[in-house]
Amino acid sequence: MNSFSQMQDKVRDVLRRDRTFNHTIVEENIFLQGTHSVHHNTLDASHGPVLYLEDVSVSFDGFQALNKLSLYIDDGELRCIIGPNGAGKTTMMDVITGKTRPDTGLVYFGQTMDLTQMAEHDIAIAGIGRKFQKPTIFPEHSVWENLELAMKTDKGVWHTLFTVLTSEQKDRIEEVMLIIGLQELCYARADLLSHGQKQWLEIGMLLMQDPRVLLVDEPVAGMTHQEMDRTAELLTSLAGKHSVVVVEHDMDFVRSIASQVTVLHEGSVLAEGTMDEVQNNQKVIEVYLGE
Amino acid sequence: MIINYFFPQFMHKDTGGKILLSLLALVTIMVIIFNFLIPLLLPEASSWHMPTYMVTLLGKYLCLALLAIALDLVWGYCGILSLGHAAFFALGGYAMGMYLMRQIGDRGVYGDPVLPDFMVFLNWSELPWYWYGFESFAFTALMILLVPGLLAYVFGWMTFRSRVTGVYLSIMTQALTYALMLAFFRNEMGLGGNNGLTDFKDILGFSLQSDSTRIVIFSLSAAALAMGYIASRFIVESKLGKTVVAIRDAELRTRFIGYKVENFKLWIFVFSAMLAGVAGALYVPQVGIINPGEFSPLNSIELAIWVAIGGRGTLFGAVIGALIVNYAKTYFTGALPELWLFALGTLFIVSTLYLPKGVVGLFERFQNRTENNKLEEKTA
Repeated sequence: MNSFSQMQDKVRDVLRRDRTFNHTIVEENIFLQGTHSVHHNTLDASHGPVLYLEDVSVSFDGFQALNKLSLYIDDGELRCIIGPNGAGKTTMMDVITGKTRPDTGLVYFGQTMDLTQMAEHDIAIAGIGRKFQKPTIFPEHSVWENLELAMKTDKGVWHTLFTVLTSEQKDRIEEVMLIIGLQELCYARADLLSHGQKQWLEIGMLLMQDPRVLLVDEPVAGMTHQEMDRTAELLTSLAGKHSVVVVEHDMDFVRSIASQVTVLHEGSVLAEGTMDEVQNNQKVIEVYLGE
Repeated sequence: MIINYFFPQFMHKDTGGKILLSLLALVTIMVIIFNFLIPLLLPEASSWHMPTYMVTLLGKYLCLALLAIALDLVWGYCGILSLGHAAFFALGGYAMGMYLMRQIGDRGVYGDPVLPDFMVFLNWSELPWYWYGFESFAFTALMILLVPGLLAYVFGWMTFRSRVTGVYLSIMTQALTYALMLAFFRNEMGLGGNNGLTDFKDILGFSLQSDSTRIVIFSLSAAALAMGYIASRFIVESKLGKTVVAIRDAELRTRFIGYKVENFKLWIFVFSAMLAGVAGALYVPQVGIINPGEFSPLNSIELAIWVAIGGRGTLFGAVIGALIVNYAKTYFTGALPELWLFALGTLFIVSTLYLPKGVVGLFERFQNRTENNKLEEKTA
């Protein structure tokens, strides 16, 4: 009886969705649900969304950081996420990258990879790259070495001990260095860079990983206007090949890049749409400007 | 530079290391010539002779320097302040001690062909199982690497997987070495208890008391230090070395670009423990004794001070620190024994306050200043 009602729940769950996903379709072995776990290492984004969060809740010591958050990111999409402080933007990134485990909810990469079951480095290797809010680069390494370390390659211990850069890899590093405009500072120690340059270096490290999804937390904090424009250009050029999720406070910047904007408030989605739609949304105005 | 012919590619930029290894080779060759070859060929011309006790003392320092390199790898490069590294050193020492005990054979006080003296004294009738195999040198050599390596693996696997870092990890390593000390103090351990293992006679059939054996062991210590240094430099210059420094500086970032941080920490920790084991194994035949005092937490702390004074994260700094502090220790404990601990404390305070990068940092600062002066002259 119990498993029958479970199946009923599942069917209802599927019916209330506007899209269907592999892992929500009732499987034949539903009776074994508790024992099998979905964890394959190939990315399957054939049904549209590459990143999929549903009903994700996280609380820290009673504080509800995420409250039944649902979010889908499509393949190749550029999405901006805005929201006041404490809306749960950084926590959301922590959940996606495996730093924080959700209390409840589903987090899938493509159709088959359950991110809640994967370690941080596995998630990174699977193709999700992250830029932190505060630029975190390796201060004692040169720009070149920072990029070399981030490069997509076998990251096992023994391989790392004996590996030597191939000429294709060197070309790739130089290519990225050109994109982020740091080629003249190639051998400079990373902690000597300016704040904006550090932000760029971190974006460059993301590019070296060649991820499917880039999570970018406040990329233009502390940048000048020219730097901001170049960042906007870079991020829009990346969309298409990669999915890019940008968390940002600077509204002008968001307006300059985003087609789709998601507004978070108190741990769940308040509104979604284009920048104009969102800005004219009554709920959003209340949250941002007060009543 | 011609000198680069003698060194592998990855050492070409390591000026400090090249100087260090060249000096080491020079001293070793001098010792071999003046203490071994000349007395052998011209028995009457012994005026250039370095006293054997000094050769042994120097050999002892070299072993300690190797131990300092081992700590510098994990502390200076990976940021793991292990305050229990002397435990791996002592374990390697005990493995060697067990082999040397078995070499005594029936020449012990009680004349038992198999059992070491302390076991006869304790009325044990047969050899415990863990002493099997130590009559073979090859087996011992394997154990010298394996025992410290295995302990480091198990300890590291548990702590790194649980993401214990910083001062908590240091405290746990202290507890580890303290627990081992208490265990080795017990007679029931079958490793000589309080007195440890001593009264060694031969190594590979050569008498430990003879001058030539001592010179050979000294040369082996020098070779081990050189090889340990080169291997460590290779690691540090490899991408693994860069990754390990990255872990030290921004562990989370390293995780998020796809490195399994635990495995890297574990690898470097185990390698370092093996290096420490080798150092201990070469130390024991030169001092003639190994006892549980070597596990004392104080030893491990002193080791950290050598590395701090020499300059961590440079490898040759660790060697310099070990040599300076141990020479000072030998001098002070002979001349002014009551002042030694004060001197050590002062050295440590002075180096943390004024030389955050140790003696090596002092050289670097001087070098940078002269380079800057040159630069200013050029631009002016």
